[in-house]
Amino acid sequence: MKKVLFYIVLSLVALSFIYPFIWMVSATLRPESELSNLSPISRNFSTSNYRSVLEKIPIGRAFLNSLFVSCSITLSVLVFASMIGYALARLKFIGRELIFMVILFTMMIPFQITLIPLYVLMVKFGWTDTYQALIVPGMISAFGILLFTQYFKAFPQSIIDAARMDGCSDLGILFRIVWPNSIPALVTVGIITFMNTWNDILWPLVVIRKQSIMTMPQMVTLFAVGGQAPQVGVQLASATMLAAPIVIVYSIFQRYFIASMARTGLKG
Amino acid sequence: MKKMNKYENNRVGYLMGLPYIIFFLLFVAYPLIFSFILVFHKWDIIGPMNFVGFVNFSHLLHDSLFWKSLGNTLIFLAIHIPLQIIIALVIANILNQKIVARGFFRAAFFLPVVISGVVVTMIWQQLYSQETGLFNMLLSKISLPKIPWLISTKLAMPSIAIMATWKNVGLYIVLFLAGLQNVPVSLYEAADLDGATGVQKFLHITIPMINPTIIMVLILSTLGGFSLFIEPYVMTGGGPMNSTLSCVLYIYKQAFYFNHMGYAATLGFAVAFIIMIVVIIQRRLFETEIYT
Repeated sequence: MKKVLFYIVLSLVALSFIYPFIWMVSATLRPESELSNLSPISRNFSTSNYRSVLEKIPIGRAFLNSLFVSCSITLSVLVFASMIGYALARLKFIGRELIFMVILFTMMIPFQITLIPLYVLMVKFGWTDTYQALIVPGMISAFGILLFTQYFKAFPQSIIDAARMDGCSDLGILFRIVWPNSIPALVTVGIITFMNTWNDILWPLVVIRKQSIMTMPQMVTLFAVGGQAPQVGVQLASATMLAAPIVIVYSIFQRYFIASMARTGLKG
Repeated sequence: MKKMNKYENNRVGYLMGLPYIIFFLLFVAYPLIFSFILVFHKWDIIGPMNFVGFVNFSHLLHDSLFWKSLGNTLIFLAIHIPLQIIIALVIANILNQKIVARGFFRAAFFLPVVISGVVVTMIWQQLYSQETGLFNMLLSKISLPKIPWLISTKLAMPSIAIMATWKNVGLYIVLFLAGLQNVPVSLYEAADLDGATGVQKFLHITIPMINPTIIMVLILSTLGGFSLFIEPYVMTGGGPMNSTLSCVLYIYKQAFYFNHMGYAATLGFAVAFIIMIVVIIQRRLFETEIYT
């Protein structure tokens, strides 16, 4: 009996973390007058809110922008951070310790201090309202380098030596031998980088004003605060469209998401 | 490694490190140095930079809005951090036991973590709504007075803190779960032999053993609190009466509404400095040695 009660309470708590999203989806599929209904079911099913979003803002374009930016950054972080991680973990060169210290120092700098000068730099480069502004400052992450460095330190030296005997270059060793054996590290860095980039709003708001370059969360934010959509249902429809891709990916790779975040404890 | 030719190795190391060195100089070192120059200037980003000495700093000391935003952030942290740690610890402890559908519960609590802050904020804006919001509807159903969640200057920031806790607690549950799994079972077994109760075990074994995780959670949520931006930006715009104006929102407004680049950079400096002090104090107060 006590056990049943325990599970009921736990389920109710868990439900309170899911229900608001279900409510959101149901609110977008019915008329405004039924918005305050507790139950998610309605007879007056309608997709007009979604049609309204598609008419008012180029959200499809924003989705592609976000996808392009997030994929570019993720790929770049995987390649460059693993390259530097490999050098730091596996190669001996003068200044290696210094680079490592610099990376640790970089991780401790709060973004509040670099936000304004970084924006000024983008203006000087003439990069405002371009994809470069969204992508280039995120192409390498200190966190990625550290994680790869730790991971690669445990890689067996004998395999690297054997590859070297066969005349394999260090880049060849990294991408053809170390990479296929470091899937957990790649997944962790990949998921965290992708998620942080996909959900970032502040930086796009700072450097992008042109609607055709805007990322999806940025566009939905401006749609919500800009007063373009007075109806709550339409606003929530845009929010649902923003949440959908991540929810779909999360429901498939849920295990990896949680393991990645647990491993690092880092979030943007 | 000794067998290898040292010279050749050196060169490859530099080549592979080169992308980071360029990246660091351009996007970390340069902005840091430039922000140090910027704080002594008045600049609207279009015209020329005017050297003004320490004017930005003296302005900051007398800027009531800056202190207000700092106070708001501290209110946020004072509610958010204890709430976050207690809820996360309790749920993590429950999930650490052998229960049915553990994976499902963990995934449920984690769901808001992966969803964009804008989406969460837009939902909660409706939940908090004075007349049509779910919370106030429920309150009136059990004939309690409505609560002015986002309308009252006293309650707006606490309301945002509650929402932020709901959004982030899943991450901290997962971190605590990882921490709990590192506590040796033998400690609990020894305590059982001595006849310790569950609460005693929790207070005297679990809490001290996961101190590093608690410190990490403390620091991560402090950094999160000082980065608060999108929630007030979407939900309240910093209002009512600037009661939800956060530090980053204030920097953003100074820089991009008023074009006060020099002053915004000064604010950034000040906030970074305050974050450092807060984190150092937290470590002093809460970090303990673990004896195993």
